[in-house]
Amino acid sequence: MMANMVTAINNALDLILQEDDKAIILGEDVGKDGGVFRVTDGLFDKYGDRRVMDTPLSESGIIGTSIGMALGGMHPIPEVQFAGFMYLAFDQLVNHANRYRSRTRGTWNVPMVVRTPISGGVRTLEHHSESPEALYSHAGGLTVVIPSNPYDAKGLLIAASHMNDTVLFLEPTKLYRLFKQDVPEGIYEVPIGKAGIVSEGEDLSIITYGTMVPVVKNAVSKRKVSADIIDVRTINPIDEKTILDSAKKTGKVIIVHEAPLSFGVGAEISARIAEKAMFELDSPIIRVGSPSLPYPFPQYEDYYVPNEGKVIAAIDKILSE
Amino acid sequence: MEKRVFDGSINYIQIMDENGNVDENLRPKELTDGIILQMYKYMSLTRALDAKMLSLQRQGRAATYGPSLGEEAAQVGSAMAMGPKDFFVPNFRQHGTYITRGMPLDALILYWKGYEEGIMPARKINAIPYIVPVSTQLLHAVGLAYSQLYQNTGASVITFVGDGGTSEGNFYESMNFAGILKAPVAIIIENNQWAISEPRSRQTVAPTLAQKAIAAGIPGVQVDGNDVLAVYKVVRDALTNAKNGPTLIECITYRMSMHTTADDPTKYRPDADVEKWKPRDPILRVGNYLRKKALWDDSKQSAMEEEHRQTIDAAVEKAEQFKKDPKSMFENIYATMPAMLKEEEDAAVSAQFWMQKNDGE
Ligand SMILES: Cc1ncc(C[n+]2csc(CCOP(=O)(O)OP(=O)(O)O)c2C)c(N)n1
Ligand SMILES: [Mg+2]
Repeated sequence: MMANMVTAINNALDLILQEDDKAIILGEDVGKDGGVFRVTDGLFDKYGDRRVMDTPLSESGIIGTSIGMALGGMHPIPEVQFAGFMYLAFDQLVNHANRYRSRTRGTWNVPMVVRTPISGGVRTLEHHSESPEALYSHAGGLTVVIPSNPYDAKGLLIAASHMNDTVLFLEPTKLYRLFKQDVPEGIYEVPIGKAGIVSEGEDLSIITYGTMVPVVKNAVSKRKVSADIIDVRTINPIDEKTILDSAKKTGKVIIVHEAPLSFGVGAEISARIAEKAMFELDSPIIRVGSPSLPYPFPQYEDYYVPNEGKVIAAIDKILSE
Repeated sequence: MEKRVFDGSINYIQIMDENGNVDENLRPKELTDGIILQMYKYMSLTRALDAKMLSLQRQGRAATYGPSLGEEAAQVGSAMAMGPKDFFVPNFRQHGTYITRGMPLDALILYWKGYEEGIMPARKINAIPYIVPVSTQLLHAVGLAYSQLYQNTGASVITFVGDGGTSEGNFYESMNFAGILKAPVAIIIENNQWAISEPRSRQTVAPTLAQKAIAAGIPGVQVDGNDVLAVYKVVRDALTNAKNGPTLIECITYRMSMHTTADDPTKYRPDADVEKWKPRDPILRVGNYLRKKALWDDSKQSAMEEEHRQTIDAAVEKAEQFKKDPKSMFENIYATMPAMLKEEEDAAVSAQFWMQKNDGE
């Protein structure tokens, strides 16, 4: 079927609910409304309010009770309406969901998939455009996934639902309806912990994910360079091998993400390359990210989120070295 | 042994009914017909601005906007009850409160066009910016109120939350803190019966939201939130009593429109539900009252509408002349600009934000 990311995720959720009667969806407006982005559309009608539950307006409540449900043998798939509001559940995620397994040496675990929209570019109000993947990856114990296309979104979500741990599934709103792709109807997995290769080339490596994948693709095609484009897909645990192999092959690395530059995922990738492949590089690594400040109001977001021009400038710089 | 250790109950107050009849026994003395007329004008202006914002949004000239249609009495009545030194701490829907407190319309419009600069005049009217993360502002209100007590300024604070917002932990924490700190604050629940697609019944099995005060040990009251006189009275009473501590107020109103311009209520709400609330409109009943008193008529109505139209059009024009300054994003992150950030700013400015033709506006 041809599907955009919303349809692909909706279809994955449908298959997960079909396959696993312990799986339930819960969150704000996920029922009748089908979610504010319509990602759960139709599932309330199909599965009823026991499996697709509108909850009170409380993120800590949603995640905290999901943890309890998971401990009790259910398989919750909570939705937090926007990542900007998931901070109200931060304690539940980084003090509890990620630690039950280690605190009990594997005797308790928290199998759940937390879905939430991330990133900007769609002219929303404050707190609807954040890219907080680094915060959750830094906590340890949380698997963090960000798809960049409909095919991966469906496969990664199904793979996440088959894991016995908490997975944060972060959905870039800008990509929800940006394009359609041929997506298989049935169940399939895209492996978690494995980066995707968007294109292969010789001159440089661009390591990216989420909203920046299409931006990087456009920049590369405008500059007509031969580039490895790697879509990280799973932020934590990161696929170091694919990244290092590419870095060693081309000797030139640009890392591009929408999240603010400082203390982010780019720093992590850059450090790993510096530690393990420094002498195979022939120019310094370049990171491209948003400025190190909170996400601005809509009128300034085009000046904030990295654009093609910023990626092209990085390509020109690294190739001139 | 078993004995009852606590009894609680909640009162409901209405002063002006749906037809504009006033219960004179409950009417505060200072609430003259002149003031009621002023309230009518503020509510009407709020509604007119709402309509303008919707049309600007539909034309791509404003960002996502959450209308206050139908909820004007809760906002304007509360604002009118404030003293000149008092503060207000809004959620994202308090357009009427800002307007009544004197926020320049062009600033509000600028804000909803997507410019943070628009909120700058809020400080001058003792208001903080609109707050979007539901319920988080309530604790700020409590702290702000305590700061007034601590510094003995005599000022109080009003703050707003939706019915949905009462489900958040922050809501309970704010009432509880306010009780312990004896903070001079009125926490106003604008219960418009909906939190996006979820009806009030989905938030709590408690029959009223006002009774949530009982657990915190603070006074709680329910009021006809479409009755601007009653809202004024309960907020006024809460602020008069603020030296003794906080009050929780539940305004019963109705969200007559969409949640925001990004929402489609036909997905989850029958039109018939909305129809039921039309006769309870907060502006209609005050209009009826004023007409009965011969203080209002059709020609005054159209003169007012024309005046509001001109005021709003002028404000839109002013807002649309605003020149954006992308550099300003960097400028107020810290009291002093760190070198690390300065470097990023300089790079962005010298590259003209890497904008190519067709990027941005
Ligand atoms: C903490 C948080 N969670 C979710 C949201 C998204 N959201 C915005 S408004 C809203 C519903 C709010 O309902 P209510 O409190 O009743 O206020 P109303 O919109 O009816 O004025 C939701 C879920 C948010 N802004 N903040
Ligand atoms: Mg509400």
